[in-house]
Amino acid sequence: MNENILEIAHLKTYFFTARGVVKAVDDVNFSLRRGENLCLVGESGCGKTATALSILRLVDSPPGRTVGGEVRYHGEDLLRASGDRLRQIRGNRIAMIFQDPQSSLNPVFTVGDQVAEQVKLHLGLKHRQAMEKAVQLMEQVGIPMADERMKDYPHQFSGGMKQRMMIAAALSCDPEILIADEPTTALDTTIKTQILDIFRELKQARDMSILFITHDLGTVAGIADRIIVMYGGRLAEAGTTLDIFDHPKHPYTHGLLKCLPDISNRKDRLTPIPGMIPSLIKPPDGCIFYPRCEWHMPVCLQKRPEEIVISGKHRVACYLYS
Amino acid sequence: MGQKLVEVENLKKSYPITAGLLSKHVADVKAVDGVSFYIMEGETLGLVGESGCGKSTLGKTMLRLEEPTAGRVCYRGSDITAWDKRRLKAFRKEAQMIFQDPQSSLDPRMTIGDSIGEALLIHGMNDEPERLGRVAELLEQVGLEPEYTIRYPHEFSGGQKQRVGIARALAVNPKLIAADEPVSALDVSVQAQILNLLTDLRGNFGLTYLFIAHDLSVIGHVSDRIAVMYLGKIAELADRAELLNHPLHPYTEALLSAIPVPDPHQQRSRISLTGEVPSPVAPPPGCRFNTRCPRVMPRCRVEEPELRSRAADHPVACHLYD
Repeated sequence: MNENILEIAHLKTYFFTARGVVKAVDDVNFSLRRGENLCLVGESGCGKTATALSILRLVDSPPGRTVGGEVRYHGEDLLRASGDRLRQIRGNRIAMIFQDPQSSLNPVFTVGDQVAEQVKLHLGLKHRQAMEKAVQLMEQVGIPMADERMKDYPHQFSGGMKQRMMIAAALSCDPEILIADEPTTALDTTIKTQILDIFRELKQARDMSILFITHDLGTVAGIADRIIVMYGGRLAEAGTTLDIFDHPKHPYTHGLLKCLPDISNRKDRLTPIPGMIPSLIKPPDGCIFYPRCEWHMPVCLQKRPEEIVISGKHRVACYLYS
Repeated sequence: MGQKLVEVENLKKSYPITAGLLSKHVADVKAVDGVSFYIMEGETLGLVGESGCGKSTLGKTMLRLEEPTAGRVCYRGSDITAWDKRRLKAFRKEAQMIFQDPQSSLDPRMTIGDSIGEALLIHGMNDEPERLGRVAELLEQVGLEPEYTIRYPHEFSGGQKQRVGIARALAVNPKLIAADEPVSALDVSVQAQILNLLTDLRGNFGLTYLFIAHDLSVIGHVSDRIAVMYLGKIAELADRAELLNHPLHPYTEALLSAIPVPDPHQQRSRISLTGEVPSPVAPPPGCRFNTRCPRVMPRCRVEEPELRSRAADHPVACHLYD
């Protein structure tokens, strides 16, 4: 568990729009260890998806560009790797699945063909072997009657089944790292639990490292080993799951945990975080959270807070602890 | 509270499926298939279910925004399905709807003030100064600055747009509001703000809500009573505490166990439902839930269970309790 297989250092990804420069990822540092499930948590616009896309250099350019930092995969900086080298890694060693399986599948090919295509491309198998491998993969992610259903087209699959297909395709090359961007958000409650079960099994059975991106702290509590809370393109707090849930330090993490409705302990009113998510074009000076923070101090307006190590892996970017 | 504001009896709404050049009627999507319930004045009835269960259609049909195929909807004892256009227009002042997506329910080319004012104009408030005054008052009631009247929807965040949507619904002083997934498009920190606002408005204006959502933790927070819907029918209906603490229907049990708990110490065992929600075009014979039910019996595959109370006021449609 101690080996870092992916290290992200001072990552900066900006979007150059007509209205100004959006600093979607603004100096973010973290690492992913072998066999761990690391959850990247935050609300819309916090930069979690942009971070994931930057790792595989999938940010649409223009308008986006990774302007600084390093993404080291086993020590090799992917941001400076050649196109050929990147293609060897992308989909092969590091696979990614997205929120909306609908738009990731091609509607005019059968789902079996699409998984088999991956297998052929990356493992160099012949058509027949590739189709057999596809059936195996589909069975692993719990698609019943896989040898029949592989002849179906995407529209014949439900949302949950499509997401299973995406996972099957991502697993085809037995990747070391799986990046999953909100893989359960578009799914119904009862289907979501099925997909989360697959992620738990994957981690155990394959010793795979998973970077799981979500806005839902409830989902995170059940699957994460470690958590990174992002806000406004920056890291607010990082720590083990217990650090974050039992000893949250950043006022934003506090706020996120407090604002959820809890049916076993109903209160008349919820405790929301006041205000709204800041514009990343003209973010406030200093700490980006201070306009919504109930504990903000004069220093918070002046300079961006540095990350402070609380203990072990627990670090927070907040002046309350300096 | 005290008297029934709305009483729905055996309500049905089906949409025809046509095929071929002559648009031959081949089948029906039975979105709402025989639903009965009531809402007391001043109470919040929560309606929970997965996508495609017919909960949105039920909300719209209850307000006659969709024409019911069969059944009755009584408002203060009078059947609105028999009302003519004139009476229906008067009913629109009594009953309003809040939609999931505030983006698409606001005209991008109208100012916020005009969007809210339009509702007042339709219902006869022709005096402009009076109308503007009312719009400013409404904006304040939903927590927005009165100066915002001259702004356009794109200048607002998602949460603010939902506040505008709420202000517009409140413009005509309604008694009954059907809120269809009003917070599901919002970030968690903003979701709590809107849930609090809806709670406050209910107290201030004596509103009665039909609150529709897929998220049982949200429904559990806002509701007095909860109806669980599956494939066009109500599976179970009970007081909030009764339903959450003593669920009877296996589907309700599964939904409850699927609520993600934001606490790593309390990860309960989940009831994983296998399979998918069947198509409402051809629901399975017998109990609609039999294809996914972990406690299915032979009888469930042939005989449809009736929704009725076995004890106290807690109707459930399940053969386990016969």
